[in-house]
Amino acid sequence: MTEFNPVLLAHVEEPESHTLKVYQSHGGYASWQRVLRDETPGGFTEIVKQSGLRGRGGAGFPTGLKWTFLPQDHPGPIYFCLNADESEPGTFNNRILMEQDPHQVLEGLMLSCYATRASTAYIYLRYEYPGCWDHLQLAIDECYAAGLLGTNIQDSGFTLDVYLHRGAAAYICGEETGLIESLEGKRAWPRIKPPFPAVEGVFGKPTVVNNVETAACVKQIADRGVEWFQSIGAAPDPDNPRDAGSYGPKLYCLSGHVERPGCYEAPLGITVNELIEQYGGGVWKGRRAKAVIPGGISMGLLSSEELDCPLDFSGPGKFGCLGLGTAAVVVMDETVSIVDFLHNSCQFFAHESCGQCTPCREGTSWAFKMLERIRRGRGRLHDLDLLLEIGDNIGIMPGTTICGLADGAAWPIKNAIRKFRDEFEDHIKRTNPEGFQETDPVFSLEVLESH
Amino acid sequence: MCFGFFVVFRQCQSPELVGFLLLFVVNGMDRVLTDEMVSEIKALFARYPTKQAVTLPALHLVHRELRQVPLEAVVEIAELLELAPAQVQDTLTFYGFFHQGKPHGQTRAWVCRSISCHLRGADNLLEHLCDRAGIQPGQTTEDGKLTVEFAECLGACDFAPCMLAGEKLHPCLTKESIEDFVESLG
Ligand SMILES: Cc1cc2nc3c(=O)[nH]c(=O)nc-3n(C[C@H](O)[C@H](O)[C@H](O)COP(=O)(O)O)c2cc1C
Ligand code: SF4
Ligand code: FES
Repeated sequence: MTEFNPVLLAHVEEPESHTLKVYQSHGGYASWQRVLRDETPGGFTEIVKQSGLRGRGGAGFPTGLKWTFLPQDHPGPIYFCLNADESEPGTFNNRILMEQDPHQVLEGLMLSCYATRASTAYIYLRYEYPGCWDHLQLAIDECYAAGLLGTNIQDSGFTLDVYLHRGAAAYICGEETGLIESLEGKRAWPRIKPPFPAVEGVFGKPTVVNNVETAACVKQIADRGVEWFQSIGAAPDPDNPRDAGSYGPKLYCLSGHVERPGCYEAPLGITVNELIEQYGGGVWKGRRAKAVIPGGISMGLLSSEELDCPLDFSGPGKFGCLGLGTAAVVVMDETVSIVDFLHNSCQFFAHESCGQCTPCREGTSWAFKMLERIRRGRGRLHDLDLLLEIGDNIGIMPGTTICGLADGAAWPIKNAIRKFRDEFEDHIKRTNPEGFQETDPVFSLEVLESH
Repeated sequence: MCFGFFVVFRQCQSPELVGFLLLFVVNGMDRVLTDEMVSEIKALFARYPTKQAVTLPALHLVHRELRQVPLEAVVEIAELLELAPAQVQDTLTFYGFFHQGKPHGQTRAWVCRSISCHLRGADNLLEHLCDRAGIQPGQTTEDGKLTVEFAECLGACDFAPCMLAGEKLHPCLTKESIEDFVESLG
């Protein structure tokens, strides 16, 4: 496994890696020109479908299949939104791709637009990535100047315009229908689905939303083919008819208490332990890991006994986590308090809930207030059951909310309390020896808020 | 007067009425958007099938220049985009990003408080920065040079703990680098 040669990250360290000149010196845009000339949109969609590529933005939905949900023979326009809102705590691989190799992302986007017959693409970029903004804009300008974008590209009859659109620091804009609403100029309130964006998306038109890394994979599939893609990663589990497999390379973001935090490319299915040891240089300061977030904070927690978890689309689920998510692995060493972790997680979701659904808006803020109280030595054992009640009842899965943010808020609560209950109970008894058994309603403490 | 207006505004359910009130407040004042801003905003129309989609870009444009988007600017943007001011105001207030009424400092520093930074000591560093600047998170120094705010994950967890100040990422913060940062503000 250590023999794996990076593909998506192959050129990110090179000087001027963000320029068209360097990109084309590695054969960049040859696939774009070939596909425009020799493939039909349907034909290229079929290739991506065959590859088994699954979306890298969090949900792992098969990319080619998503494209076929667009209405056939639609008069247009069809829109493509590249989801570059990357805000899941622990995640930064899209940043590296866009900043260091924006043309790879653009070529993937252009190929995806061709396959879906989209003639306008918006790149919804989170505000906090000014470096990506500059390099993407430069790359787009270079493409127009080189005749790779614009009207009737290379006499193919295909026209494509790409625009950058800047977000305003809200996590919910990463949810695809929140993104669409935000792009339309409204508050980013996710939409009830159906209708799915493929049928009625931005500006009321059929729309595809894909992640930045997904686009980069599309470009690599166009270059190297389906067989290459399927030679990497994990095949579908024969015992699970619903497993679509986990093919291809993946950009794992490793952070927290490791010696060498960073973005590492490895075949899907590498285990958490392998990632930490072979890429991250081990847990920092010679310590042991106590818990690990497997795929961004929304995915929940693995305990130290669960670190042989394979990081493919079905791995983390087998350990009670929500899923692979963004494959952002955050390591916590033995000194970390899980109470502290959960406080941080609840703070994030309380802050980022868009407020549209009552169970999410109230649930996330109650959970945060309870954690604040527990952390400050006023917790009761009863609070743990209340927290679990919230965790079990907010989200798309229990059917109480419009979008998956609430599921992402619930999972850390459920995993942390169920896997580390003793620690929570010890903390509560130790810090609140007088009141830990109380069950009457209590006031919340004031919490600090800004931004 | 201002407070009275705020109360009416908060209780007001109808976008038309809010729009009317905003117009009323703004009436008779000088325009806030410069000709350059207006033409920059108009130049974006061709990119989107609706003018409303230019809301965020327009707000960004104004915010970049004024470090806030005053209500008067909201009304002027609404006029340009053929919207009710309340629609623009609704979008603006959804995003905690935009300041209104009072500009943020010349430098706006966002200290990440999400998990990867938290694990590497972000809390202490934020406290240190606030101590050095003599303000609380969310506040601006008296000389108007610095605003310190929390941020959620800045997407730079490989450089945790980190801070985005203006357009510049400050990676792997330490007390010393915070000292240097505060000093660089003069
Ligand atoms: C709360 C929330 C936040 C999300 N944030 C992002 C994000 O920042 N980037 C992203 O690509 N997908 C994000 N997603 C997933 C998107 O809704 C969508 O599934 C994805 O962009 C589809 O692209 P893909 O099929 O290429 O993965 C988020 C989902 C939820 C529920
Ligand atoms: S689940 Fe939460 S974030 Fe999602 S739409 Fe409902 S309130 Fe908003
Ligand atoms: S957690 Fe701070 S940058 Fe990601």
